[in-house]
Amino acid sequence: MVIALISIMLLFQILSGGILMKPLNITNLILQNSYILVLAIGMMLVIITGHIDLSVGSVAAFVGAISAIMMIDMQIPYIPAILLSLLLGALIGAWQGFWIAYVRIPAFIVTLAGMLLFRGLTMLVLKGQSIAPFPDGFRNISSGFLPGLFSVSSMHGLTLLSGIALTAVYIYGEWRSRRIQQSYRFEVLPPGLFAAKLAAIAAAINLFAYVLANYEGIPNILVTLFILIAAYTYVMKKTVFGRHIYAVGGNEKAAGLSGVKTRRVTFWVFVNMGALAALSGLIYAARLNAATPKAGNLFELDAIAACFIGGASAYGGVGTVPGAIIGGLVMGVMNNGMSLVGLGIDWQQAIKGLVLLLAVGFDIYNKNKNG
Amino acid sequence: MATLLEMRGITKTFPGVRALENVNLKVERGEIHALLGENGAGKSTLMKVLSGVYPHGSYEGEIIFEGRPCKFRDIKDSERQGIVIIHQELALIPHLSIAENIFLGNERQRRGIIDWNVTIAGTRELLDKVGLNESPERLVTHLGVGKQQLVEIAKALSKQVKLLILDEPTAALNEEDSDNLLRLLLEFKKQGITSILISHKLHEVSKVADAITILRDGRTIETLDARREPVSEDRIIRGMVGRELTDRFPRREPKIGDVIFEVRDWTVYHEQHPDRKVVDGVNLAVRRGEIVGIAGLMGAGRTELAMSIFGGSYGSRISGRLFKDGREVRFKNVSQAIRHGVAYVSEDRKTYGLILIDDIKRNITLPNLGKISRGPVVDENREIMEAERFRQGLSIKTPGINQKTVNLSGGNQQKVVLSKWIFAEPDVLILDEPTRGIDVGAKYEIYTIIHRLADEGKGILLISSELPEILGMCDRIYVLSEGRVTGEVDRAEATQETLMKYMTRTGKGEKRGAAFGSPD
Repeated sequence: MVIALISIMLLFQILSGGILMKPLNITNLILQNSYILVLAIGMMLVIITGHIDLSVGSVAAFVGAISAIMMIDMQIPYIPAILLSLLLGALIGAWQGFWIAYVRIPAFIVTLAGMLLFRGLTMLVLKGQSIAPFPDGFRNISSGFLPGLFSVSSMHGLTLLSGIALTAVYIYGEWRSRRIQQSYRFEVLPPGLFAAKLAAIAAAINLFAYVLANYEGIPNILVTLFILIAAYTYVMKKTVFGRHIYAVGGNEKAAGLSGVKTRRVTFWVFVNMGALAALSGLIYAARLNAATPKAGNLFELDAIAACFIGGASAYGGVGTVPGAIIGGLVMGVMNNGMSLVGLGIDWQQAIKGLVLLLAVGFDIYNKNKNG
Repeated sequence: MATLLEMRGITKTFPGVRALENVNLKVERGEIHALLGENGAGKSTLMKVLSGVYPHGSYEGEIIFEGRPCKFRDIKDSERQGIVIIHQELALIPHLSIAENIFLGNERQRRGIIDWNVTIAGTRELLDKVGLNESPERLVTHLGVGKQQLVEIAKALSKQVKLLILDEPTAALNEEDSDNLLRLLLEFKKQGITSILISHKLHEVSKVADAITILRDGRTIETLDARREPVSEDRIIRGMVGRELTDRFPRREPKIGDVIFEVRDWTVYHEQHPDRKVVDGVNLAVRRGEIVGIAGLMGAGRTELAMSIFGGSYGSRISGRLFKDGREVRFKNVSQAIRHGVAYVSEDRKTYGLILIDDIKRNITLPNLGKISRGPVVDENREIMEAERFRQGLSIKTPGINQKTVNLSGGNQQKVVLSKWIFAEPDVLILDEPTRGIDVGAKYEIYTIIHRLADEGKGILLISSELPEILGMCDRIYVLSEGRVTGEVDRAEATQETLMKYMTRTGKGEKRGAAFGSPD
């Protein structure tokens, strides 16, 4: 799917006459898709466990609305308001998680109910109107950038520095991991391939930093996203809890009989989804600088599509967080590219649907050929 | 007798594996022809070629049925010729009725509208032929495995079957239902229906087969004629593994110590019907280094007993006491049971034992990830080492530990399950049908592993429906019937007859007739 992403980017780069990869556009890409990517991370965990969450759009809207009431009507400072909103999201996740994990009502039904319930509550709470504007500090989450600090020939110095620092950390990590594997006498990549892989990724990182540095530098939201992606990828790949999530998705009965507390795992996956839905709602509201009754519309479908394009299986047990991000980016780039080319929203929707079908179909076809 | 079926020079290759190489099979009309071989020998593949699952063109060689060469494109083609295959995993829809299942894909209909009268009448006729006394409208999910098997056979009969292929038909049946099935096959023989029987149960094969073809590594080894005099099981085993297996069970000098695990007054009610007792006041004990067998008919409650002990994984209103090393313990959930050193190797390894889409190493480490983790983080390198240790120690045949378990043969899958539970470092292992669906050679390996575990001082509870296995492996045997322990026998006094006597004893002291109640 990475190849698909790169191909699509190149395609639209050409079609849009080179606008796609311009610093302004790339920055916009990140800002426009951040709230879907956040949802996709949580949704991937839900799909891996074999469930689905249809309520995330409504929950995002609801939490966005409550946060607006807190910050604008009740004048609560934005940091406590954000924390309370995330807590609210987690509680909503716990509510749905309870019905799904312990009462064993299918997730489809519970979250469908949630979708209706929280959309209704959003409209009630907002009394059908929008609330705006948010305090500056809050808006900065979505629209702000890291301070420039210094310039390197009119490019953002901190950004370039971050790129280099990240590359260094990456190279060190890979090198160390290779040394450990060698000490166990496991097979490692031949030195040539290893160096090539490091070079390719280092180039990608710095190219990306360079592009950003030529506009306004690193958006705040990118930092948030980066931390989330790194943290969740690590948990899923390397921790016991991550293993348990995959086990529950792979075969719940066998997992239970192996000592995995399957109901607890499912419960926390939904609590997590609730919290991330809340975060997504906050990001979106900050970006719009308003909480509206129509916020979050169809977010869940975008998140679900991102996960499946990114390699999730409808049967559970398969999928990765980076996969979800790539899936989300594929859709984001397509949206962006199609807009740049001048295709109307109606066309965009239709094409997105087709791409989802073809992308997943192609993936499954490949798996069957090799299986 | 005329030759009904001849398969000549069948060769079938999959990427990287030659499953069948120049296989020949000749089946005479009206005979019961057994097809034997170790797991992976090619029996199922050969039958899939015959039935059209692997269509003409995907294999080399010829199929000649009733004197005419056949080029089947799919299952329907072979069925039209009267070749019907009943798979080991029954192809029934649980929530449809017996009648609906029998005529599925073969409906009694006119222009798309089902004629229910003809369907029900037809079903009654077929059920009569197989000796199944059930209402055609009864849902299949309410039947026990033995009866479901009969529904499958009725379904085959409805297709005007000339050649019936049965793949491990008695694997999941108890002694009584197995006998019933074999009697049915002999009945069919009289009616002119030819059968091909694939089975690992050698005593059944030597009882009913007229001819036995043995496959090994995708090749035909030999065909034995059993018409004149029955072929001995030893002779069959020799053909299958290529050596004389004088002992089907490895020898062992038991070194038995103190009681390590005790169950007192254990009572469990049915999960869906909380007014029905499935385990009734069971008392049992296992000592260190001892292999204790639990024998019983299907429905006796053995698996319910084991699973309810193992952290309450089955059953409602569980009561009774458990003692480990003399101290009372309570297992509120599975992970507590594991932590106290109890392991349960479940009956159905594909559903309850393995995560098939995962690889060998991840399956092995699952019950005890703490052992290879630092805090919450799994040490993947240590995981690889541990998995390798088991691969070698248990001789798991696989290209590597990153192989997905779904690709392993039954015997090797079972070895992965055993590895997983050994990795959990238990003191007590409850093994539920550990050699089901596994060939003779792999069984021996598993018996060796079980002996090794006992020699390490662990207590083993062995649940099995195969009486020879119980008699060959166990130091002491409890017999369960209708949820109660009806007998406890030492190895010295145990015979198949004594065990069967206890297995069929009911609460009223009468012998049991049909299998008891709902599915096990």
